[in-house]
Amino acid sequence: MAKKHTFYVMTIPAMVLFFLFQTYPTIQGIFYSFTNWKGYGDWEFVGLDNFLRFFRDDRTQHAYSFTFGYSILSTILVNVISLFVALGLNAKIKFQKTLRAIYFLPNILSVLIIGFIFGFIFSHVIPELGASLGIGLLEKNILGNPNLAWIGIVLVAVWQAVAFNTILYLAGLQTVPMELYEAARIDGASRWIEFWKITFPLIAPFFTINVVVAMREFLMAFDHIVALTNGGPGTSTETISLLIYRGAFQDGDFAYQSANAVLYLIAIVLISVLQIYFLQKREVEL
Amino acid sequence: MNIKKTNWPITILLCIGALTIIFPLYLTFVIAVKTPVEMAQSIWAFPKVFHFENFIKAIEMTNFFNAFKNSAIVTIFSVVLTVLTNSMVAYAIARNMHLRFFKFLYYYFVSALFIPFPILMLPLVKQMSSWGLDNVVGLIFLYVVFGLAFNVFLYVGYIKSIPKELEEAAIMDGASTWKIFWKVIFPLLSPMNATIAILTCLKAWNDFLLPLIILVDKDDATLPLVQYVFQSEFSANYNLAFASYLMALLPMIIVYLFAQKWIIGGLTRGAVK
Repeated sequence: MAKKHTFYVMTIPAMVLFFLFQTYPTIQGIFYSFTNWKGYGDWEFVGLDNFLRFFRDDRTQHAYSFTFGYSILSTILVNVISLFVALGLNAKIKFQKTLRAIYFLPNILSVLIIGFIFGFIFSHVIPELGASLGIGLLEKNILGNPNLAWIGIVLVAVWQAVAFNTILYLAGLQTVPMELYEAARIDGASRWIEFWKITFPLIAPFFTINVVVAMREFLMAFDHIVALTNGGPGTSTETISLLIYRGAFQDGDFAYQSANAVLYLIAIVLISVLQIYFLQKREVEL
Repeated sequence: MNIKKTNWPITILLCIGALTIIFPLYLTFVIAVKTPVEMAQSIWAFPKVFHFENFIKAIEMTNFFNAFKNSAIVTIFSVVLTVLTNSMVAYAIARNMHLRFFKFLYYYFVSALFIPFPILMLPLVKQMSSWGLDNVVGLIFLYVVFGLAFNVFLYVGYIKSIPKELEEAAIMDGASTWKIFWKVIFPLLSPMNATIAILTCLKAWNDFLLPLIILVDKDDATLPLVQYVFQSEFSANYNLAFASYLMALLPMIIVYLFAQKWIIGGLTRGAVK
């Protein structure tokens, strides 16, 4: 029975580290959400006060509606674009290897630095282009406009996320047997019908993964927001992660932001479960 | 097989699309080698002279080599430790899923996929500083731990597809479980080890949030953090800023140029699992 013993020993390093650096702080986070701790000094239990405050707090509610709106829009855009790119890259094209390499490139780059570069594009390059073309709409930095800044945020998020989602779709497309297309062509099916009746149903599992993965990433958005707008102008592009970070570390609202994080956890679990449930149901029906 | 002709409309569309990816990088390069005067004439024109002194100034300003060293240490150790510890625990789990303890451990780890980082962010910062881990060493621990959920998921799926006969033969020869893991299983895991090494490497090299909240000493700063810290000082001079961005992006781009096929293959393997 020495064999079994070794298996238990093998789990120890990962299990201990995981408990200390993942589970233990998570439990603390949940615990402090029921207190009034500022991150230092004394504290006492305040019951559900922090959670109730959420419903009176416009800034937090705005962060939720912004994060969800931004995530849903970006998820849709990323999936549509990367599906088209993957279909294109999978077709009989020239420079296939080079094009693939280029389309995957954004995936390996730091989101923060990409954010800084695009920040400059929005503040200098596009306005200059707008001025020289005489398009008044483009002459101002959209990141400086509370009503338009979200467009810049979505563009950069999509620019980067398309890379990884294209990898996934391309992997999916390569699992579709070529014979099916040949059969469809003999039956005189159009490209459009071919896509909806053959390609899309067969890559449906990849669609599910892509939607879930993309949405999760967007819901956690932090780096490129910091680089582009830092949540501004005002708090118009503040995401939940950024709000929790700023509220806790800059405003000393440790306990309240812990409660906010607990609600965020519940929201993410609910969304993920719902997505997987509905999308997988669709897969079976197809 | 009917040999189809090259689809030119799609090729052209994809080339135009690729410009949206190339342009920001082109822009980064040309701005990095211009002077403010040249930039005032035209932002995107290709420069007549390359002002490489921008790089030297940016290196001095940001203490580039120190940040590079920190990023490299964090990345290398995170990758090595992640591959070693995560594959080991995944092997134990994959071969003992019928036992309650291992099954519990599997779901315990994988459930972390659904836990958003902000919930543990605040207590974690306190914990790391009180344990003296608010430094590069602490960061390495955290990358090993935070990758665990997804890595165990990938490894366990992969190990289950490896036939047990190989191990049984080794047991017959009297090999211990340790020996079987190192001599038989670990080499067979190579494709998955590569996938997980790539994922961990990208995460550790490019991550911004963890260095931002964990690191205290300025000398510990990693490359992305340095770009953030020096943002305000750069605001006067975009050329230096872009020289600095380019140097921070370049190591990964170079690795990608050489190992591109391998990286994409690795990522695809992770995705298809």
